[in-house]
Amino acid sequence: MFDVLRENWTLLLIGQYPHGPIGGIVVTILLSVSALVIAIPLGILVALARISHFKVLRAPATGLVYAVRGVPLLMVIFWVYFLVPVLTGYPVTGFVTMLCALVIYDSAYLGEIIRAGIEALPKGQVEASRALGMSYLKTMRAVILPQALYNVVPSMVTQFVSTIKETSLGYIINVQELSFAADQINNRLLTKPFPVYLILALSYFVLCYALTQLAHYLERRVTRKRAGKGNKTGNKTRAGVEQPLLEAAVSEQ
Amino acid sequence: MKLHFDLATVLQGDYGALFLHGVGLTLAMAGLAWCLSLVVGVLLTLIRLTNRRPCTMFVSTFVAYHRNVPTLVQILFWYFGISTLLPMTLQDWLNQYNGQFIFAVIAIGLCSGAYLSEDIRSGLRAISYGQYEASRALGLNFIKGMRYVILPQALRNSIPPMVNHAVVLFKNTSLAMAIGAAELTYVTRKVENETFLSFESYLVATVLYLALSLVIMLAGARIAAHYRIPGVK
Repeated sequence: MFDVLRENWTLLLIGQYPHGPIGGIVVTILLSVSALVIAIPLGILVALARISHFKVLRAPATGLVYAVRGVPLLMVIFWVYFLVPVLTGYPVTGFVTMLCALVIYDSAYLGEIIRAGIEALPKGQVEASRALGMSYLKTMRAVILPQALYNVVPSMVTQFVSTIKETSLGYIINVQELSFAADQINNRLLTKPFPVYLILALSYFVLCYALTQLAHYLERRVTRKRAGKGNKTGNKTRAGVEQPLLEAAVSEQ
Repeated sequence: MKLHFDLATVLQGDYGALFLHGVGLTLAMAGLAWCLSLVVGVLLTLIRLTNRRPCTMFVSTFVAYHRNVPTLVQILFWYFGISTLLPMTLQDWLNQYNGQFIFAVIAIGLCSGAYLSEDIRSGLRAISYGQYEASRALGLNFIKGMRYVILPQALRNSIPPMVNHAVVLFKNTSLAMAIGAAELTYVTRKVENETFLSFESYLVATVLYLALSLVIMLAGARIAAHYRIPGVK
């Protein structure tokens, strides 16, 4: 296993970069980071449309979310692969195809995450800011979204992990990412499939496990911060709600 | 873009039969993988409940591996990697009898099993410790306490995430095309390559996937509603 790694680590890391296209784990990370960065603003829009009072906005957003939840990513990739060149008139590379598919997929999932974050805030937040004379947009921008987005940062990191895992599907449409590099190595060596695929699995594991641990850490931090400030800001967590109720019950006795 | 829309070609004759076969294989794969995941999930939960350090370590490693490695890579690893470690006779047998299908079921089933054990565990953790103590104080032994007090409550909590993961499992069967199992996505590619009717082929496949996923979601919602205790959220 180690000799396979020693001879091929550059291909896994950056592909054939100085002599050919960049690839390997760098492309995997590039693809997932850019997909997430583009998908976050779209996700906010999807979330706002999902909780909108207007059916014209709510219906398509709900449709998108259910479509993405019900259709495999591979199917979305094939749709993009076939539709984007037809619609734009330009041939697109595998990287762009993969990026478009991931953005569609992630914006729906991030939309649900952000919606959950908004709906977890107490209703008084919207009511108070509207009572202060703020418009809908200003309420969202200055009051609701800063709190909601902060609270869902751990879930976003988890979604980032999912995105990294999903980039592996690029292998099927020949995007030169990590799985593709491993497949290249396997085709060249021919006799050592077990070590090659073990290295592939372990590379993903190291990358994603570190990020999962980061998500756990952020989760604890966010929970602590909310619990600590719970009574002052009215930004109630579960513990924040239960505590006063319990005290009230005790004092009544 | 040509405005010619020809759904009939991909739905009739040989292509229709291909699609039917694809759906059949997808459903068989999803069903078998789901059964496997249920067995694995329950086993992992039981192993974790023993609370012995090596046992819990094994379960958390198993779960961490399956949650942090892409399902596609797991399928490739099983099909290309682990298969080479098997005895020769078994390899020949698998090559003869649809090895792609079997390895895809194993990989997807194990992966979902890891997620399922987490669902069951979070359901169990939501039950307060007083329930355990109360059941023991009432003279129920561990098994009976689990059977009559803990599990009925815990499994109710676990239904929604389990349904979500059943949908994910169903969608993951599409990854089996990468190793050449002739399920719905593979068949769609085949029909598309032979007819050049990309739009129509993808439309048929997408509608089929969406319909089946919605059936699973709907069935899950019905089951959750059926087992809901009146007055309890």
